[in-house]
Amino acid sequence: MSATQLIHPLLALLLAPLMLGVINRTKAFFAGRTGPPLLQLYADLFKLLRKGSVYSRTASWVFRAGPVVGLAAAIAALALTPFGGQRAVVNFPCDLIALAYLLGLMRFFTILAALDTGSAFEGMGASREAQFSALAEPALLLGLAAVARLTGCLSLGELSLSEMLARVTPSAWQHAGAALGLVAAALLVVFLAENSRIPVDDPNTHLELTMIHEVMVLDHSGPDFAYILYGAALKMWILGAVLIGVITPVRTGDAALDIGAALGGMFALAVLVGVIESIMARLRLLRVPQMLVGATVLSGLALVLLLR
Amino acid sequence: MSLLLIGLAIVILAGGAALAANRRAGAASLIGAGGALIGCGVAFAGAWRALLAGGAESLRLPWAVPLGGFHVQLDALSALFLLPVLGLSGVAAVYGAEYLRGSLRPRALGFSWFCYNLLIASMALVIVAADGVLFLVAWEVMALSSFFLVAFEHERKEVREAAWTYLVASHLGTAFVVAFFLILGARAGSFDFDRIGGVSGARAGLLFLFAVIGFGTKAGFMPLHVWLPEAHPAAPSHVSAVMSGVMIKTGIYGILRAVTLLGAPVEWWGWLLVGIGLTSGVLGVLFALAQHDIKRLLAYHSVENIGIIALGLGIGLIGVSAEMPALAVIGFAGALLHVVNHAAFKGLLFLGAGAVQHATGTREIDHLGGLLKRMPWTGAAFLVGAAAISGLPPLNGFVSEFLIYLGAFHGGATLNGANAVASIFAILALALIGGLALACFAKAFGIIFLGEPRSEHALHAHEAGPAMRLPMLFLAAVCLAIGLCAPQVVRAMAPAVGCIVRTPSVETARLLSAAALSLSGIVLCAAGFLFLVTLLGWIRLRLAARDAPARTGTWDCGYARPTARMQYTASSFAQPLTDLFRVFLGTRREFAPPQGVLPSEPSAFHSETPDVFTERCFRPVFAGVAWLMAHPRRLQHGRVQLYVLYVALTLVALLIWYLGWLT
Repeated sequence: MSATQLIHPLLALLLAPLMLGVINRTKAFFAGRTGPPLLQLYADLFKLLRKGSVYSRTASWVFRAGPVVGLAAAIAALALTPFGGQRAVVNFPCDLIALAYLLGLMRFFTILAALDTGSAFEGMGASREAQFSALAEPALLLGLAAVARLTGCLSLGELSLSEMLARVTPSAWQHAGAALGLVAAALLVVFLAENSRIPVDDPNTHLELTMIHEVMVLDHSGPDFAYILYGAALKMWILGAVLIGVITPVRTGDAALDIGAALGGMFALAVLVGVIESIMARLRLLRVPQMLVGATVLSGLALVLLLR
Repeated sequence: MSLLLIGLAIVILAGGAALAANRRAGAASLIGAGGALIGCGVAFAGAWRALLAGGAESLRLPWAVPLGGFHVQLDALSALFLLPVLGLSGVAAVYGAEYLRGSLRPRALGFSWFCYNLLIASMALVIVAADGVLFLVAWEVMALSSFFLVAFEHERKEVREAAWTYLVASHLGTAFVVAFFLILGARAGSFDFDRIGGVSGARAGLLFLFAVIGFGTKAGFMPLHVWLPEAHPAAPSHVSAVMSGVMIKTGIYGILRAVTLLGAPVEWWGWLLVGIGLTSGVLGVLFALAQHDIKRLLAYHSVENIGIIALGLGIGLIGVSAEMPALAVIGFAGALLHVVNHAAFKGLLFLGAGAVQHATGTREIDHLGGLLKRMPWTGAAFLVGAAAISGLPPLNGFVSEFLIYLGAFHGGATLNGANAVASIFAILALALIGGLALACFAKAFGIIFLGEPRSEHALHAHEAGPAMRLPMLFLAAVCLAIGLCAPQVVRAMAPAVGCIVRTPSVETARLLSAAALSLSGIVLCAAGFLFLVTLLGWIRLRLAARDAPARTGTWDCGYARPTARMQYTASSFAQPLTDLFRVFLGTRREFAPPQGVLPSEPSAFHSETPDVFTERCFRPVFAGVAWLMAHPRRLQHGRVQLYVLYVALTLVALLIWYLGWLT
């Protein structure tokens, strides 16, 4: 393990909440408001950590374990995420499966914690989260399979996410641009769906009936809620890093330059999310599965292009 | 080998003794379960030694059966299948002793234990048999003993129907297995596994199809699975655990043995198994999502997991036929490990479901809720099983699914043409199954164990006794241990994988090293994750120690009077997904909405998802058969005079024919 491998987790742990600040400022700019400060989420986290908790009499230990397991899984997944063409802290053949399933573990416990409160609203959110993420999974994994194929990871040892993304160079975009473009589109949809952003879910809605992720964590308070917010920010960073790994092929060999370009990409992505949220409405819930299946089709199409 | 046979002898003798002690229910249970536990333990040690040793031991005894011989062989592949069979059967016997204690039919316990022990011995014999006739005899004893176990509560109509469905399905499958061995044996002139085999061309393809249909019926490949969701819920829970956890794996073993007997596989064999894996896996989990009987749900999950195993086998066969030994080894290793893992977590889940049924008297998920507080041990063990079957790290289900993923990604990145397409479909199937299984077990655990009790049944639940609790906790520990020792487990499996791909174990171990490298990475991640859970949990506790947390009602957006009936139910939780896939599921809904401005009649809602293959394929076919058979029945209506007439007419016809022959 080299020092450059450690840079990314530290950067992510430090900067992940900032992405949400950038998104919110972009949305405020579009709406002509001043908007919350860029560092608002940091302030919220510190405030929540100092507060006490309120627990439902219905809830059991699963409710308390949910945020802890979720955050631990997110940090473990972070160790598997490569950034800016650099290798991840832990990388091994097919590590992308471990990454996807660690995020799955996080989701499993979030859903269980929601069901533990016995609230109809939270059950509703849990049900929707389970549905949408089940449909997002094939899009993500097929997309990454396409990347593995087009970057020519022929031996088993080369099949790690770090190696695959390190090989997404400008020349790869030149000769397989169409396939990479399709994968990037699919990954963007997965990114928006998994992080509960518009057009799948509206984090700012005030109607619990239409919420997904926010409604699942209604009952959490204090440090537990801080864990959840921070875990969600990390999850957004991780999926963003995978997407940015595909669409910013800056691979100069100079670690500082590559990481800098990827960081720029991350915040450009945050701006993009803000723009999407400003110019689009949330889809009807019945339309969301169609969009996710569409993303799977895009990934599949990329594979078809590569199989010719 | 000798340890194995001694262990099996103990199991059978204990079964006979339990039958003899039928009059005293307690003694029968003690003898039957104790013998099963001790015998399985001894035999397990024998199988364990054989797996580590890697070689093959065989034993021939004189046996006065035409065409057959008593020839058993214990190689690494057999040993690997024996471990879960013996392990789970022994553990489930302990559970069964307490589970059956409150049985309404104490006079039948001796017979039940006799069948249970016979089932264990016959499963083991199926796995070590090296002679076609011996194999078929053991196969039949296995089917019959499990039939009687399913029919344990035969005074209930649905149990009788389930048992008959099982018996018929099992024998239709057996017909294909018999045909498989007959064709193979007729060619070689012997049924000994050492002599038969080595067929090629179209005949090999046909035999492979026979094996897939015959063994696939036992394994539960879709659409041959229809007996599973009927028989598993009907049987007592420890029997369901054994049937679902290990008995259906004898079908997988049969397919593997058939592949080794048939010689070099052809490409389409792999494609066929990937196709079967895709349909069984995805449809299995979808049907599971739509169920609200906990044991039916688990039975459909067995279909799903058999699908995952078939995906691994398909990848392995593609690897062999495409001459990519690394791919072959990883595919088969993933499938074999999933066989072992599924035995652990599905056994655990069925035992947990049995404990819930024991404590509440119902299997209806929508009547349960809040059981985690009333049954903390069962709940915790069930949670481990649920996470494992959903393929979540750091548990064992993830490890085997990971190996199959690794094979599929490797195949998808390197192969060309139809082989690559098959690999990509395997990825698609695994991804879809993973997400849907997570939804299904979030539902199962969440609705049964979390929230508020939805009925009186759940309100007065009690924790299971120690003899039921210990087996569950043991299996949960096995799930975690396999997850955390994955590289060692996979290395130990190398000889068994070598039996299938026919490479020396040193070579197999070298080919598995890439997989073992990945698995070390996973264990590192898992260890890091567990460390983080401890660290973050500790920080959380320190923060909580500052001021005691307040307890109140669920916030629920300020709604002051939530009731248990307002909670999400299993049906409502699964509704978005079952609606999305309604084309496949055909869920039936009956809804009587409230009438009028001031409704006086209660409204009602009911939904059920019967098996689409039973309803649309098998029921019409069997109805047609029954209709056809009704016609010859006119000939037989009990009048002796007419029967005498038939005999006389036949004799006259024969006489005329004979005389015509002479002239």
